Amino acid sequence: MSVQQPNAERQIWIFTQMLRIRTFEERVKRSFTDHPGVIRGHTHLADGAEASIVGSLSHFREGDAALATYRCHGYPLVLGSDPKAAMAEIFGRVDGLCKGRGGSMHLTDVKHGFLGTSGIVGAGIPHAAGAAWAAQIRRKGNVVLCFFGDGASKQGAFHETLNISALWKLPVIFVMENNGYNVVTTTAQEDANAAAGEPLAVKAKAYSMPGVTVDGGDPLAVYRTVGEAVERARAGHGPTLVESKIYRLSAHGNIIAPPGVPLHYPEHEAIAVFGKREEYEAALRGDPVPRFRAGLVQSGVLTPAKADQLVSLVEKEMQDAVDFAIKSPYPTLESALDYNYA
Amino acid sequence: MAKMPYIAAIDAGIHQEMRRDPSVLYFGQNMATTENHDFVAAYGHDRVRVTPISETAEIGMAVGAALAGFRPVVELYMAEFMLVAMDQVVNEAPRFRYMSGGQVKVPLVLKAGYGFTCGWAGQHTGTLTAMFAGIPGLKVAVPATAADAKGLMATAIRDDNPVVFLHHYLLTLEQGDVPDGEYLVPFGVADVRRKGADVTIVATGWMVPRSLAAAEQLAKQGIDAEVIDPRTVAPLDLQTILGSVDKTGRVVLVDQATRHGSVSALIAADIAEQGFKALKAPVIQVTAADTTIPYSEPLEAHVLPSEAQIVAAVRRVLK
Repeated sequence: MSVQQPNAERQIWIFTQMLRIRTFEERVKRSFTDHPGVIRGHTHLADGAEASIVGSLSHFREGDAALATYRCHGYPLVLGSDPKAAMAEIFGRVDGLCKGRGGSMHLTDVKHGFLGTSGIVGAGIPHAAGAAWAAQIRRKGNVVLCFFGDGASKQGAFHETLNISALWKLPVIFVMENNGYNVVTTTAQEDANAAAGEPLAVKAKAYSMPGVTVDGGDPLAVYRTVGEAVERARAGHGPTLVESKIYRLSAHGNIIAPPGVPLHYPEHEAIAVFGKREEYEAALRGDPVPRFRAGLVQSGVLTPAKADQLVSLVEKEMQDAVDFAIKSPYPTLESALDYNYA
Repeated sequence: MAKMPYIAAIDAGIHQEMRRDPSVLYFGQNMATTENHDFVAAYGHDRVRVTPISETAEIGMAVGAALAGFRPVVELYMAEFMLVAMDQVVNEAPRFRYMSGGQVKVPLVLKAGYGFTCGWAGQHTGTLTAMFAGIPGLKVAVPATAADAKGLMATAIRDDNPVVFLHHYLLTLEQGDVPDGEYLVPFGVADVRRKGADVTIVATGWMVPRSLAAAEQLAKQGIDAEVIDPRTVAPLDLQTILGSVDKTGRVVLVDQATRHGSVSALIAADIAEQGFKALKAPVIQVTAADTTIPYSEPLEAHVLPSEAQIVAAVRRVLK
């Protein structure tokens, strides 16, 4: 199986989606200072994961499904969700994707194939396999993309689900975004494969499925790797574990604090906990968004002027999203108990 | 109407729904391993499958299949096995509809036996009903008769929400009249098993026949007990219970669970708040002792609610 390189138009689409995720996340982060108190609880950003998310979702087609974790802002934006509704959800407003019930950790947009997000590490992995069973029964060649982090691969849910998915040849692609940290614990501190110097993709071997490691900062590499896994799944040959190596450019999440303490994003754990400033700065130098832009300019797909124009358009789009969200009303109190039961 | 054991009636309920609705799936451990398996033969391996011993994956996959439009029934055998996957039961399946603002529904049935107090010792004998009853988004069915076993299972499968279906292991072979053809028992509608004017007894599962036996003893002593079986504890038919309390003014709540983990404690609180003026005596709960269930037969019998304890409790509320 081989996946064709995306054409120039598709590469520009990929770049645009990466910009949209990055800019959306910057606006979430900025909201802690622009609009203090508006975002509550815990947010988790996808900056650094853009190439991996967009490269993976480039293969999404009608009838496919995607499920993810509490770090979930990026996927629905690529799948077609309105950033206004996504931001309104994060602001707890009635016009939010989930009418203010879910917030940052639980974005869901069923009409765009984004079936749901669990805030419990690893818990969403079997949900993806269940949706893949549904796809297998329907026999329309649909697949399910299951996104989770390296930390989740230490949960029983991960191992149970990989076993049964391989056994049943379910059309599911397990995309493990390995960002090197489980909150403030490095992967080598909690993962036997990492400690032994092996890639985390070797976990696939225990379940007799292909396991591949890819540079998650390179959208075209992710496009090829996930594309092959998607083809394999559509053809009925079962699941693949893709370890997508990325670097999370923000801290795990905003600070955890009781009401009254202004929320904000602290420094990345590499610096704040481990004092590894150089590691973090190297990651910034390898930032996938400018890196892909430079590549597109170099290959002649994009001119710097066109790239700047895309940046302006996306900035405007996300400014509109913030403006919309801040004006959207809160849900009515009478509706507080709606949706507990169907 | 056909006579059949409780356990067969549950299967009849599943068959009824699988025949009419191709979106119903049935799977679990140690079932469907041969082509002769009743459900495999009828519906095929797409819809009926054996799973590894992986409760988290089984229940989690049921959530995912439900999100994708199917109606899975998970065969879990023992209610305690759900504890292995409690996150999926409590914090995944019942949360997704609410958290998505009503975009999704999660119609699934978790079928599990409970209360197997016949020498199964500490880990396979619990009555964990109350653990599920207080979770918004979950429904909990506890059939006490063969007819209810069929009708509640069918309703559980048609319900658009996650349902914990708890069948009592000690009722497995109890014969009962089960209606032929399509049969559904609504959720949230208690059944008054015995009409009476002097005292209200509320019980579920295996405690229903025990309470009815106690009521027969009491009848010989001239005491007319009403026995109410809520049949589902979430939703709970509080109206029927309060109506009976209005009439009798005296209540005995019988529950096989340990006292502070019992549904009877929840019902007692609701009666105290909403039925206080009708009460002529304090509510009495007859529950299991606060203990792990012992293996040894006399000890096991000693810690469970007995017919004699129910009779004694009724006599106390009538004093």
